[in-house]
Amino acid sequence: MAPTEVSSTEVSAPALDGQYGIAEHSHVGARDLNLDTHSHRIGSRDPQDHLVPLGREEQWRFTPLRRIRGLHDQTPLTGTDFTVTVNAPAGVVAHSVSGDEANALKGASNYLPTDRPSARAWAASDSVFLVDVPANLEVDGLIEITFHGGSVDEAVAAHLVVRLGTHAKAQVSVVYEGSSTLAENVEIVVADGAHLDIASRQSWSADAVHLSHHHVRVGRDAIVRHAALTFGGDLVRIVATVEYDGPGGDAELLGLYIADAGQHLEHRLLMDHGAPNCRSRALYKGALQGQGAHTVWVGDVLIRPTAEGTDTYEMNRNLLLTEGARADSIPNLEIETGEIAGAGHASATGKFDDEQLFYLLSRGIPEAAARRLVVRGFFGEVLARLGIPAVVESTNEIIEGELEISGI
Amino acid sequence: MSTLQIRDLHVSVVTEDTPKEILRGVNLTINGGETHAVMGPNGSGKSTLAYSLAGHPKYEITSGEVLLDGEDVLAMSVDERARAGLFLAMQYPVEVPGVSMSNFLRSAATAVRGEAPPIRKWVKEVKGAMTDLEIDPAFAERSVNEGFSGGEKKRHEILQLSLLAPKIAVLDETDSGLDVDALRIVSEGVNRYKAQSAEAGNGVGILLITHYTRILRYIQPDFVHVFAAGKIVESGGPELADELETNGYVRFTGAGASA
Ligand SMILES: Nc1ncnc2c1ncn2[C@@H]1O[C@H](COP(=O)(O)OP(=O)(O)OP(=O)(O)O)[C@@H](O)[C@H]1O
Ligand SMILES: [Mg+2]
Repeated sequence: MAPTEVSSTEVSAPALDGQYGIAEHSHVGARDLNLDTHSHRIGSRDPQDHLVPLGREEQWRFTPLRRIRGLHDQTPLTGTDFTVTVNAPAGVVAHSVSGDEANALKGASNYLPTDRPSARAWAASDSVFLVDVPANLEVDGLIEITFHGGSVDEAVAAHLVVRLGTHAKAQVSVVYEGSSTLAENVEIVVADGAHLDIASRQSWSADAVHLSHHHVRVGRDAIVRHAALTFGGDLVRIVATVEYDGPGGDAELLGLYIADAGQHLEHRLLMDHGAPNCRSRALYKGALQGQGAHTVWVGDVLIRPTAEGTDTYEMNRNLLLTEGARADSIPNLEIETGEIAGAGHASATGKFDDEQLFYLLSRGIPEAAARRLVVRGFFGEVLARLGIPAVVESTNEIIEGELEISGI
Repeated sequence: MSTLQIRDLHVSVVTEDTPKEILRGVNLTINGGETHAVMGPNGSGKSTLAYSLAGHPKYEITSGEVLLDGEDVLAMSVDERARAGLFLAMQYPVEVPGVSMSNFLRSAATAVRGEAPPIRKWVKEVKGAMTDLEIDPAFAERSVNEGFSGGEKKRHEILQLSLLAPKIAVLDETDSGLDVDALRIVSEGVNRYKAQSAEAGNGVGILLITHYTRILRYIQPDFVHVFAAGKIVESGGPELADELETNGYVRFTGAGASA
């Protein structure tokens, strides 16, 4: 069967008819794609410094602005109809702080808002939810935070800070559920030698809109495994950026998403390599089913002149389970030093493969079970890397439930 | 013992514009315990016959019937046919990334046997079958057929044959792409299953599709059929294969065959 041919920088589906399989394009080595990274560097806390996006900007061109309820413009972010519940093992600080304390925490990751919704959420959130793991503490058990939205009517601003002290070790699960119109910043600070596994699962009701900016600051020799697991909501857009404090940092960004009819799920990454001998990996996999299901993945990697010995690889794969769905996938790599250990990316979007299905059926496996085998196999690679057993288990259940939607 | 009856089978391939007739009236009866070799030139429709029996959606049955022990095979879905005891070893086995061989084999065995085999017994069974076919145990954890060499794929087809224990097995050019050693190993695998099934009192019926006579030195056919232009044009015993070995298909692909 002829594979689906994809281009190196931009991939749009649906694939051409009569083509099967997931093809893959990849290249390894230095290549300059003239990534306009300067737009990523300009940060400001003041919403007035950010123009109202019109939709033609590179960062917004895939997002249906009409559906984001004015979060990018001037919808008041005054909603309070939500609850945050926490389940934290001993020794971990996990609570809401306000006033000066909150203001002092904002920016703990060095992040400054890079777009208007992010700046507006920054300014509008009176309190900050803080998860603080003291230095040298190896937390036994999962830190669980659940954000439950009560209504989409009044838009909400939120700010979460997850901070690990030097040589601390922890696993964090953040779950979003219910209904909300939410603009949010998540700052993740992993100090030198610390190790954090964090999973953010967007399990919203069908009417939710969620714009979030995650910024990860990776300390010297620190390890971060960050996962975005997006299933629910009308529109979810998560921008995750990573910066390195010193050499030896290691960040792995994982993603798993399933878009149903009408859903817009967008994930954007920037791995900003400024320190030498750091490593980054991105592995995002998505499945789409139903009319108007739309996913966007943009993975930017910037290797600055100071980042010698960088080792980076990013990969996005999308599986179109039905007709009428669209996956955009754009990896970008900009390399400003000749001294790198490795850099590459791969992106592929393919249809459910009829020949694979026939092969499984011809061995007696019923169609529903055969399709599940293939989809489970597809996502298995991401789940195997998650490292948080409870999150893997709940994600598996969600995948099974999602597959039932399309009768798969 | 089972019987597969193919009667006046006409099949067209579904193409973009017009359907193209490939099989033009195939008649063949295979009884359990018998091995039928079907030999024919490239493009004569051998794989079309194999896929049509298995139920590949690309092929449209325009007339005729296929019965397995009197049951209408053509009315069954692809998976039902397999569960009814029909097995197709494919000429080009399909790669299924992300699905491990062991998971796949167990899913298939569970479906065909109607219940999940007890795990410890199953592990032993698979291990034994892999050893018989000289397959490295590491393959169990690899994705189905992904990155396998041509010969490795064929060995795994025969592995499935032995684990799924069909009543009727269609082997589509299982010999192609095999070196002499692999050909011997794979043939022994087929013969082993043939003997086991006969011993158990329900000898497998085999439809062995091949282009070359080479495999017939290892797997003895009871009947040889020459396939040309979409149907069987001559049938005989093993001596027919010898004639093909000497003279090729010329006698069958001339004006006589297409008439
Ligand atoms: N999808 C298709 N579209 C058009 N023609 C097809 C299609 N599939 C098969 N055919 C044609 O049908 C005929 C029979 O093909 P088939 O694969 O059954 O032959 P075969 O006898 O198995 O050949 P080989 O010895 O090469 O395996 C060929 O002429 C082939 O080109
Ligand atoms: Mg063929």
